[in-house]
Amino acid sequence: MNSLRNFLDKVKPAFQEGGKLQKLHSTFDAFETFLFVPDKVTFKGSHIRDSIDMKRTMILVITAMLPALLFGIWNVGFQHFKVNGIEADFWMRVFYGLRTVLPVVVVSYITGLAIEFVFAQIRKHEVNEGFLVSGMLIPLVLPPDIPLWMVAVATAFAVIFGKEVFGGTGMNILNPALTARAFLFFAYPADMTGDKIWVSGTPDGFTGATPLAEAAIGNTGNIPSVFDMFMGWIPGSIGETSTLAILLGAAFLLITGIGSFRIMFSVFAGGYLMGLLFNLWGANAYMEIPAYYHLVMGGFAFGAVFMATDPVSAAQTPTGKWIYGLLIGIFAVLIRVLNPAYPEGMMLAILFMNVAAPLIDHYVIESNIKKRRRRAKKAALLRQSV
Amino acid sequence: MDALKEKEPMFSAKNMGLIKSPIIKDNPITVQVLGICSALAVTVKLEPAIVMAIAVTVVTAFSNLVMSFIRNITPSRIRIIVMLTVIAFMVIMVDQVLKAFLYDVSRQLSVFVGLIITNCILMGRLEAFAISNKPWPSFLDGIGNGLGYSWILVAVALVREVLGSGTFFGIKLFDTPWWNLYELGYKDNGLMILPPMALILVGVVIWVQRSRHRELIEKN
Repeated sequence: MNSLRNFLDKVKPAFQEGGKLQKLHSTFDAFETFLFVPDKVTFKGSHIRDSIDMKRTMILVITAMLPALLFGIWNVGFQHFKVNGIEADFWMRVFYGLRTVLPVVVVSYITGLAIEFVFAQIRKHEVNEGFLVSGMLIPLVLPPDIPLWMVAVATAFAVIFGKEVFGGTGMNILNPALTARAFLFFAYPADMTGDKIWVSGTPDGFTGATPLAEAAIGNTGNIPSVFDMFMGWIPGSIGETSTLAILLGAAFLLITGIGSFRIMFSVFAGGYLMGLLFNLWGANAYMEIPAYYHLVMGGFAFGAVFMATDPVSAAQTPTGKWIYGLLIGIFAVLIRVLNPAYPEGMMLAILFMNVAAPLIDHYVIESNIKKRRRRAKKAALLRQSV
Repeated sequence: MDALKEKEPMFSAKNMGLIKSPIIKDNPITVQVLGICSALAVTVKLEPAIVMAIAVTVVTAFSNLVMSFIRNITPSRIRIIVMLTVIAFMVIMVDQVLKAFLYDVSRQLSVFVGLIITNCILMGRLEAFAISNKPWPSFLDGIGNGLGYSWILVAVALVREVLGSGTFFGIKLFDTPWWNLYELGYKDNGLMILPPMALILVGVVIWVQRSRHRELIEKN
């Protein structure tokens, strides 16, 4: 540790003003703060700067995603050997999964971080760490066999048009990871939807519909059991299948105080309520499936825990968070059931509410102002009458 | 008396400025943000985009010219209706020409030629320029704004056609006797064909333009 610190201190002058490598200052800064908690302190005012800076926060979020990632890696291998009818042990599955998933993760990180560094250099900003999380989220919401160049294109699109256009980390309107997924979904639908893509390395003539796809065409009888969907040994995007793994991550996020309990809870509540409502309506087989199915199917849980809670693109006010989350849940189930063209409504619901979040916050604040003004007026009247 | 005033040469710096300024600094699409709807609708392929660009340029130039000629005899209370009549007349002329000589493109553009009438650039230029300027400068202003509209349309259409359909004026680019990128796993980008991508591309032009010409950035 000490030798690392000494090395950094030795090369530091080269990157500071007047140094040889001044142009790479933000690159150096990024690595230095990545390795060591910055010792900056505030000088005036009553701020407290604790050691949880953005890098530490992002690392915690990545830790929370690890169960979903690890399970996803195993599941990719498991599904592959299952549909090909090959006997395989645990390590073979993990090895196959690693070989499939790791390149996607690497490509996503390299593309995204390269763009982040370039923009930081041009704008003379510090390199922000927001992408550390996005870069992990992107692979987790993609099907395992997605071509790598598509991952690169989508990541570039998401980072540039989802984030840098608006001014970089913390300024984005949309969740970058979902922007990448939406880009792929509309640009290359053949690789993002359908029956064949959810299992890696499928044999010819194989069709392996996801529960959502089965439900969308009315084959509700073919949906796997709730237990299977909860545990996650079903085909699907890399990280979304196991609700259990996602809930482990959710617990970690809530304990460390990083994820918003209001949003997570209200997304699930909204989805469940809408499911119940459809049960009452019951016009087709999809509407009649038990409401809690929606919560474990597809990417609902993943979206609720990791996507909807993105602190930048979500609503900021406490009341706003309830409304925001509820509407995400409601819209996700609504789109799933009523629009067969989009079997997975979660992505569109979250993106839509990302756009609406500032509006929600605006009205929450307005109504609060009004309430307080009324209270003040009442108090003033009382004082006069006394 | 008039002869004295009109000593200004036809292609004076001021008059050429009328053509030049709408191309970048006062571009109808990226700066005035007019005529966006047709920029989204007709830019999937290059050919219709170019025809549309020419049509709009012609209509803007000539309706500016006509309006400027009759500006002094038009009562200001009914000027909007007079403008619409002038524009409609020009648009119908263009439409007839397209139908006669470029029937296929005319069918592709379908309703969008007729909708040039409602293109905000036209009304905007008539109201902002032709109504209070002489015919020749008005004509040049129309050409300038038409060109400003045109290059954006063509640029957007170029990107959308190459990346969205993999063609250039209908010629296949990635599937030729010499190479075939599709076999290597390349795929055309379906999002390019959808209207939102046109909006994003126009946004990119605005972004690049404003970071090069900082004075265009709105202050607020």
